[in-house]
Amino acid sequence: MTAVSDRRQLSYIAAQAADARVNVELEAEGMTLNIGPQHPATHGTLRVIVRLDGEQVIEAEPVMGYMHRGYEKLAEVRTYPQVTALINRIDWLGSFANEVPFILAAEQLMGVEAPPRAQWIRTILFEMARIANLTLFLGDMGVQLGAVTPVFYAFRDREHVLNQIEAATGGRFHPNFDRIGGVKDDLPAGWIQGTKASLNKIRQFCDQMEDLLLGNKIFEARTRGIGVIPADVGLSYGLSGANIRASGVDWDLRRDNPTATGLVYDQVDWKVWTHPDGDSFARYWVRLQEVREACHIVDQLLDGIPKGPIMAKVPRIIKVPEGEAYVATENPLGVMGYYVVSQGGLEPFRVKIRSASFSNMSITPWLLKGTYVPDVITILASLYFILGDIDR
Amino acid sequence: MTEILAQDFGYFGSAAFKLLFAFVAVLIPAGATVTLYLFKMVSFMQSRLGPMEAGPYGTLQLLAEVGKSAQKEDIFPKTADRFVFAAAPYVVMISTFLLVLVVPFGPDAMFVNFDTGIYFALAVSSVSVIGILMAGWASGSKYSLLGGLRAAGQLIAYELPLVLAVIGVVIQAGSMNMQDIVYAQYNGEIFGWGAIGNPFFLTQFVGFIIFLIAVQAELTQTPFDMPIAESELVAGYMTEYSGFRFLMFFIGEFATANIFAFIASVLFLGGWAVPPFVTDMLGIGIDHALFNFLGPLIMGLKMLLLTFVVYWVRFTYPRLREDQLQAFAWKILIPLALINIGVTGLLKVVFE
Repeated sequence: MTAVSDRRQLSYIAAQAADARVNVELEAEGMTLNIGPQHPATHGTLRVIVRLDGEQVIEAEPVMGYMHRGYEKLAEVRTYPQVTALINRIDWLGSFANEVPFILAAEQLMGVEAPPRAQWIRTILFEMARIANLTLFLGDMGVQLGAVTPVFYAFRDREHVLNQIEAATGGRFHPNFDRIGGVKDDLPAGWIQGTKASLNKIRQFCDQMEDLLLGNKIFEARTRGIGVIPADVGLSYGLSGANIRASGVDWDLRRDNPTATGLVYDQVDWKVWTHPDGDSFARYWVRLQEVREACHIVDQLLDGIPKGPIMAKVPRIIKVPEGEAYVATENPLGVMGYYVVSQGGLEPFRVKIRSASFSNMSITPWLLKGTYVPDVITILASLYFILGDIDR
Repeated sequence: MTEILAQDFGYFGSAAFKLLFAFVAVLIPAGATVTLYLFKMVSFMQSRLGPMEAGPYGTLQLLAEVGKSAQKEDIFPKTADRFVFAAAPYVVMISTFLLVLVVPFGPDAMFVNFDTGIYFALAVSSVSVIGILMAGWASGSKYSLLGGLRAAGQLIAYELPLVLAVIGVVIQAGSMNMQDIVYAQYNGEIFGWGAIGNPFFLTQFVGFIIFLIAVQAELTQTPFDMPIAESELVAGYMTEYSGFRFLMFFIGEFATANIFAFIASVLFLGGWAVPPFVTDMLGIGIDHALFNFLGPLIMGLKMLLLTFVVYWVRFTYPRLREDQLQAFAWKILIPLALINIGVTGLLKVVFE
């Protein structure tokens, strides 16, 4: 009983403190502007409180949690195979990529390794999730800067990849396909040719975006030198993914994480793209190259996919032995990790999700200071967050 | 048929006729361009079909939209200055209707024959700034305020290149009367060759391009749409408006685009007149009453051509930033327009 009333009191105090803070801001110099939680540029319910002097930002503070769904807690009352259906919804544009690190962590705890064919299918779908996620970014960046048309091309060409994901897994957005010890099904007949055709569409889309946006003088004027993140600052704020690679840090967990067994990036020939500038333009450029590189990776994997079983021998009722494991992978948005603690039951005892967007957002107060309102939108767009990935 | 036109309707008769025609001249082209370009052409550019359900091939979509807007609740925000908030859309609409007054559509088909017609047009086009500022301030919303202030800064900055671009034409035509500008182009010659007259977009191409850019900015279309920048300011000064008042802003925006296209076609594309070799073939003079019918159609075609460019650019380019927009106006367009005026004046003196 006392716990409940304590909590009530705490929430009351928190509400009072929030009110007081707003009052202080009203009396302070400048104008306080709430960008969000309902705003076209936040694609979701992110709220950024900015204090403006004219149109210049004096101070910015991101407020998260408007879409918190409590997946860490919910995972504690789900069995291991059930958890994947939940965590699909974290980064909803590249859903399959959310399942992989959790499954890898569970496999590590159980001491199971997926057969080679399952690992290859996993890697192919992982990269296709990356394509499905980042193509939308490539178009959406245009919308944030006022060019409406590219996003329609992005939706159109992303559809080809989604169709292939649906053909393989049965789910367009939420595959729920990864299993402990392998994958759910084998690839359907003719899938490899279809996927290759869809990759060609994506390559054409990348060329088109290079023409439409990267080669556009106005786009360059709006993005070059805007929101520059030096490498050391980015690292100290915990940035990951394309955001830190655009600052010149050559760090990609697909290549640099030998502990994540179960993905076969060492079997193919590929390159990590970096850009020295660290501005919004660089972040767009790096993501564009990553989509092309992902097409290249999937192409090679499709050619060399081995034959064999798709499921290792695992018990019908999955019980994970006592222990802890942390596995992180390079997801479309950045590093995503699951820290899974098991006490030997059907369900995990505790799951901590390290999602990329949450950490990427932490730099915004530093980055937005001194910029102008239009640049706030550019910077938020180029940092590229998915609300589900921030709030989990 | 020509006798009907030559009839004298009396003062009130012609006034009623002109009032009717003003509504036609503003609303029909606006509806046509919105349906044709904003609904359909843009959809094809973006690889989608656009409206398909209302009427055959979605042609009645605009009526459906108007009906929808008319039904909506007329919301006043709690912090709004009610009178100013309600009046702002009318100010914008008045500017649009005043603008169409001086545009000639035929030898007799015009509302008022001002001697300083183009001067009047550029002056009343700035009235809409007041309406936009009123809307931005009276909404009592921070987004609206930012949008209104941006609009004021932008429209005032682009007024100057607009005027300066027109001065070249005025020098060449030797008149500010828009009817005289049409005749000057019809009667003009290019180095002694007068088969197509002298449409000023050939000799005043710098002014023509500056005029189109400045019009794009005046209309707050992308790449100069910061006042309503959707991804930044939600809808700028229009954020708090709903229902019919929003529709009035909407009509004002698109009707003004058409009227600026009308003005541009009068100034640079020869207006309602056809090239002299056509009149020679028909064997009639340019003052023939037939052109009171043909003129509006010719103007309509030229208007469609120019508004096509407006929407094409609008859905192709990203948006500039406010300071980049100002720099573009003051550092590039205005010096260029001044040089254009100087060169035009010099050549005028040399050739005449």
